[in-house]
Amino acid sequence: MLAAGVTGAVLAACGSSGPGRHGPAITLYNGQHEQTTDAIVAAFEKKTGITVDVRSGTEDTLANQIVTEGARTPADVVLTENSPALEYLQSKGLLAKVDPATLARTDRRYDSPRGDWVGVSARVSVLIYDPSLIARSALPTTVLQMADPRYAGKLAIAAGETDFQPVVEAVARADGKAAALRWLRGIKANAGPHTFSSDEAVTAEVNRGAVAFGIVNQYYWYRLRAEIGRSRMHSAIAYFAPRDPGYVVDVSGAAVLASSHHRAAAQRFLAFLVGKDGQSIIADPAVSASFEYPIGSGVTTMAPERPFDQLQPYPVTVGQLGDGSNAVALLQEAGLL
Amino acid sequence: MTAVSVLVVAVLLAPLVFLLLESSGVGVSAVARLVWRPFTATLLWNTVRLAVVVTALCAVIGTLAAWFVERTDLPGRRLWAVLVVVPFAIPDFVVSFGWASLSTWVEGFRGAVLVMTLGTYPLVYLPVAAALRSADPAMEEASRSLGVGPVRTFLRVTLGQVRGAVLGGCLLVVLVLLAEYGAFEILGYQTFTTEIFTEFQLSFNVQTACALSLVLVALSVVVLGGDAAASRARGRVARSGALAQRVARRNRLGRWAVPVVLAFAILAGLALGVPVAANVYWLFEGGAPALSGVSLLDAGWHTALYGGAAALVDTVAAVPVALLAVRHPSALSRLLERSTYVVLAMPGLVVALALTYVTEHYGGGFGYQTAPLLVLAYAILFFPLALTGVRASLAHAPVRYEEIARSLGKRRGAVLLRVTLPMVAPGLAAAFALVFLSAVTELTATLVLVPTGVQTLATQFWAYQQNLSYAQAAPFALVIIAVACVPSYVIARRFDRLPSQTEAAP
Repeated sequence: MLAAGVTGAVLAACGSSGPGRHGPAITLYNGQHEQTTDAIVAAFEKKTGITVDVRSGTEDTLANQIVTEGARTPADVVLTENSPALEYLQSKGLLAKVDPATLARTDRRYDSPRGDWVGVSARVSVLIYDPSLIARSALPTTVLQMADPRYAGKLAIAAGETDFQPVVEAVARADGKAAALRWLRGIKANAGPHTFSSDEAVTAEVNRGAVAFGIVNQYYWYRLRAEIGRSRMHSAIAYFAPRDPGYVVDVSGAAVLASSHHRAAAQRFLAFLVGKDGQSIIADPAVSASFEYPIGSGVTTMAPERPFDQLQPYPVTVGQLGDGSNAVALLQEAGLL
Repeated sequence: MTAVSVLVVAVLLAPLVFLLLESSGVGVSAVARLVWRPFTATLLWNTVRLAVVVTALCAVIGTLAAWFVERTDLPGRRLWAVLVVVPFAIPDFVVSFGWASLSTWVEGFRGAVLVMTLGTYPLVYLPVAAALRSADPAMEEASRSLGVGPVRTFLRVTLGQVRGAVLGGCLLVVLVLLAEYGAFEILGYQTFTTEIFTEFQLSFNVQTACALSLVLVALSVVVLGGDAAASRARGRVARSGALAQRVARRNRLGRWAVPVVLAFAILAGLALGVPVAANVYWLFEGGAPALSGVSLLDAGWHTALYGGAAALVDTVAAVPVALLAVRHPSALSRLLERSTYVVLAMPGLVVALALTYVTEHYGGGFGYQTAPLLVLAYAILFFPLALTGVRASLAHAPVRYEEIARSLGKRRGAVLLRVTLPMVAPGLAAAFALVFLSAVTELTATLVLVPTGVQTLATQFWAYQQNLSYAQAAPFALVIIAVACVPSYVIARRFDRLPSQTEAAP
């Protein structure tokens, strides 16, 4: 009894210590890198006076959480690293339409085909390699070569990473499902124990010489370099041949929940994300630690990487990528998941 | 007491009901397809071989460490008593991170064995030390007086006395291994639990994740069944006629003192030194921008608060269940006690989603993402740890004191408060510490249920680590280690004062 009383008092005390609320406030479920979101939110709060309560997690957990919470979800806005999570929420009918003026800020290719989420930033898949373990000229130029037996024991992949699905989907579109399945089986054999759960892990493992090369999104390499310094970078990145199915652009996006009671403020946040202010923060890695490409309001990246308009990716749209379920089915059939 | 126990167990098993309901939505054939694909064999092999090797290592290290600290004149044993417990409080993902940043050798199976052994052997150490503390030394003394050497006495008498505690600890190790996620994620080792997360991540499918969780629950039931069979085979612990507990005579280490101290130093160095050093190193290296509005102090305070509340709830709730199991053994009390262990094998994420589901669908969203619900999640997840602590102590506390007090006309409640609880005080302290330490390092349920805007040390470390922001992650890891030292110290001190206190109790 005493214990219960004490516990109650303690809990009452910690319940009241949440963030203070003055004026309007929205809740953001954030699946993006926290430093980036944090920088954007701080600028948004300063400009509009609207408080943003941020709840960070992995995009998949947050998407599931919103589905479980249903119409009562506290979330007003959801921001994810990849489009499939948003497509999934869309398929459950949980998203509101984005203001047309906001959608107009970005290229239509990178927005929801139905207009209920907006693209915010983008990345591209590349090879990361250790030049002391494999020569640049010996690297595959097309993603299909990664299944070649000559790369046995040299390849690292993150099959469970959401960034890998668009590549699988692109290969399946380019060469058909049967070929994609054979390719995945070859990759599985080549990667062996070097199958990691995230692109961060692949990047770190290749950089420390544990494995010769891997496929990741380009920004992990730049993030790692910013974190540990140039002198500790023992790896480099290489692009696939133009329009190769391994050369895919991944889009990060945001949406307003249909159940939101603060839709006006939530739409303002989306407008800010793709407006000059938000995009400029994404463009400057010194502020956002992002190294993603801004894709709205004509802003270009300040990071020292290949400019977005010089990329020559495989032509696949976010709508064609869908919620990722095709790629997952193939990965499962190949025994990678 | 039975009613209270049934209530406690019902709350604990509520998430399991959610699992069954969700899995039934998938359909038998879909579950079968998921469970019987070739990949499952790999996962099963990975999970089982890791469990066997790590548990064996933990049993040896935990039991030996406890014996040296409790039964020998080991130099600096008060210090070692604290240092050998602290590694349990360091999240396994922090240890993995520390080790993996040192060498490429630490990965996959060998990495998982190393990290999980270093992280979980205290689960054997704590109950064995508690059992040694409260065990009757008369048997060992008789053995020694009959001319049997210290080693053979340890093997033939002491081990027999603490066998229950060793098995109980091993059981916890296996169950914790089944549910571990963060460490394996960092080490690139795939088990059922990492696969559940992947499944969850890729297919956005709560139902399939729940179906796979059932495999984990089934594995844990197999383990529990094996443990129950082993318990039945166990003999009863004999006690000398004396009512008062006496301090055990300590074995002299003599010239063995140096190698034993060296062994303890190596253990502490591997389990504590490496992760601490790796994090201190990163503290001064690298440098992505820090997050605004995230205060180390604030995260530390909330972490301690939630962990403390959960530990209090569990320690209190464990008393009736343990009393029922030990003092009134029956088929029902055994079933109640053992069924609680199933929750240890359920990933935190699944328990959190179950609570979300219940509050959203039946509670009108009341309490969702508030501190009490998070504390309840912790309390559910770590109840078996509390139960093990309390039960081990209670099994060694002579029932006769209670009978005498009752015969002197004391009411039941008074007997419990003034006789039973003081006798099992070390068990209560161990229970509190175990739950507190686990809650401080919990990650996956916290991410779902923590009040929006609040960060705990573990969630913040994870966020930074996942972003490759090692320099930003390091201070959070170091504060977790610091916070964990407090209960470890308290529990070690508590053990030290125990014998005189027990003698004074009646």
